[in-house]
Amino acid sequence: MAQNSENMRYAKSHEWARLEGETIVVGISDYAQESLGDIVYVELPEVDEEYDQGEAFGVVESVKATSDIYAPVGGTVLEVNEALGDDPAVVNQDPYGEGWIVRFQMHDPTQYEGLLDEAAYDEHVQEEKAKGGH
Amino acid sequence: MSYTPHTTAQRQEMLRAIGVEEVADLFADVPADHRFPTLELPPPLSEMEVLAELRELASWNAAAHEYTSFLGAGAYFHYVPSVVAAIVGRSEFYSAYTPYQAEISQGTLQVAFEYQSMICALTGMEVANASHYDGGTALAESVIMAHNIARGKRSRVLLSPTVHPEYREVARTYLQGTGIDLLGDALPSNDLEELAGQLDKNTSCLVVQSPTFLGEVLDPQRLRQLAEAVHAVGAVLVVAVDPISLGLFVPPGEIGADIVLGEGQALGNAMNFGGPFLGFFACRKAHVRRMAGRLAGQTVDVDGQRGFVLTLSTREQHIRREKASSNICTNQALNALTAAVYLAALGRCGLRRVAEICYHRAHYAAQQIGKLRGFEVLSPRPFFKEFVVRCPLAVAELNERLLEQHAIIGGFDLSATHPHLKDCTLLCVTEAIAPSEIDRFVQALAEVAR
Repeated sequence: MAQNSENMRYAKSHEWARLEGETIVVGISDYAQESLGDIVYVELPEVDEEYDQGEAFGVVESVKATSDIYAPVGGTVLEVNEALGDDPAVVNQDPYGEGWIVRFQMHDPTQYEGLLDEAAYDEHVQEEKAKGGH
Repeated sequence: MSYTPHTTAQRQEMLRAIGVEEVADLFADVPADHRFPTLELPPPLSEMEVLAELRELASWNAAAHEYTSFLGAGAYFHYVPSVVAAIVGRSEFYSAYTPYQAEISQGTLQVAFEYQSMICALTGMEVANASHYDGGTALAESVIMAHNIARGKRSRVLLSPTVHPEYREVARTYLQGTGIDLLGDALPSNDLEELAGQLDKNTSCLVVQSPTFLGEVLDPQRLRQLAEAVHAVGAVLVVAVDPISLGLFVPPGEIGADIVLGEGQALGNAMNFGGPFLGFFACRKAHVRRMAGRLAGQTVDVDGQRGFVLTLSTREQHIRREKASSNICTNQALNALTAAVYLAALGRCGLRRVAEICYHRAHYAAQQIGKLRGFEVLSPRPFFKEFVVRCPLAVAELNERLLEQHAIIGGFDLSATHPHLKDCTLLCVTEAIAPSEIDRFVQALAEVAR
């Protein structure tokens, strides 16, 4: 389930993006963490790295799979959640809060507007579930 | 498991499925006159006759244990205690191939885990993998790993000219077309300080070898400074090392190395005509997810009993092919087992003793050869078990006379790999060479150079 928030958008690849002033905070959705299972490692990007929209900026590794995390919008990394190094399971426990992964300075704010809103994302998740996978 | 061949009916069905008439049609792309060449084979022989012929062929070899060998340069003649062959030859180990359902083979995993633990203890590093093909491929993997640690953003690699020339060649072969430049080894005189001067923010790693290819043991203090210089630009220090030397000298983990590798043949493995060998590989824990190769780990099962598993497999190509840390997961399980048994048999004190004997005998040999007219020992001290000697005649000529007149296998002719070392030979003295054999060698040198 997506989180109820005005300032939240989602990518089809199951990352969420929360608008905070000029910046966006990014993590993976509840559906994504649930599908992956127990997360054991999150590979974080370096501050000041630049990513295009849809480019892989990190990796989430769980006991059963490894997935790239894609930038929902193009941007420059301002901050990474270093706490995930010691305790990656936070992504499972609190995907929309303490389990955030990275903060971007957006290159083009219109990209954010083009992401899915909560209802559209929920629909997307239902479709994926119906297909039997994500 | 019984072998069940395909029936004629099944073959017909398969041929129909791919749309050809007969098996011979599958070879249509081979030119007709090359398709089924007549093989001019000798008449068949009995088992007894074949064995006799093979023995005759084998007798042409000059095996190290039948001669006195001063040849090293990457493959070493050390004494291997009998217990090694007795354990390694057990069918549970000897006949096993890669267990694809790994956890069912607890014994194999335990061996890998113990081997890894010993490599860590030896090198002073935190993690070691289950091995690579040989020292050369391990070195190539280390360069790829360093490139990945730098997230593919640094394109320069500094190679010390002291690294084994064949390892450098293997690294260049592996890295063809990757856009990674291997630099620094063009000038054989390039020393550590000059190499450090070439470090920049676009350098992913610096690779040194100690003892060097020419036998010299690099000063740990200089290596520490080098490690600091390497880390100052955000690069990693790769150190290739002779595992036997670690019985005596400071392990690379203590001088700040990030990746340590080497040729593990010397650890209980025969020279095997140049292979199969054993590439050992260790690194700091922080970099473990960039490491290639298989990794056995220790854990507990549901009943709390000790067990072994393959761990961190997501690095490997069967999970994520395009992002794998390497596309080779093969390891040298039997050779790694041999190394583990050898190290266990020797123990800490035994390994130190072997290293000490190598060191003292090599220095004794150098001292005696240095007294001979026309011969000059070029290696600065301390060296480990190898040293460079300039000879009064071409090394090829010298070696031929040693072999034919004295049944002695001479050193490695450096003229091809190190053109500036004209008429120079790289001699190797291990604990397997008795002092009396060294004396005989010195005498033989004096005779053949006359």
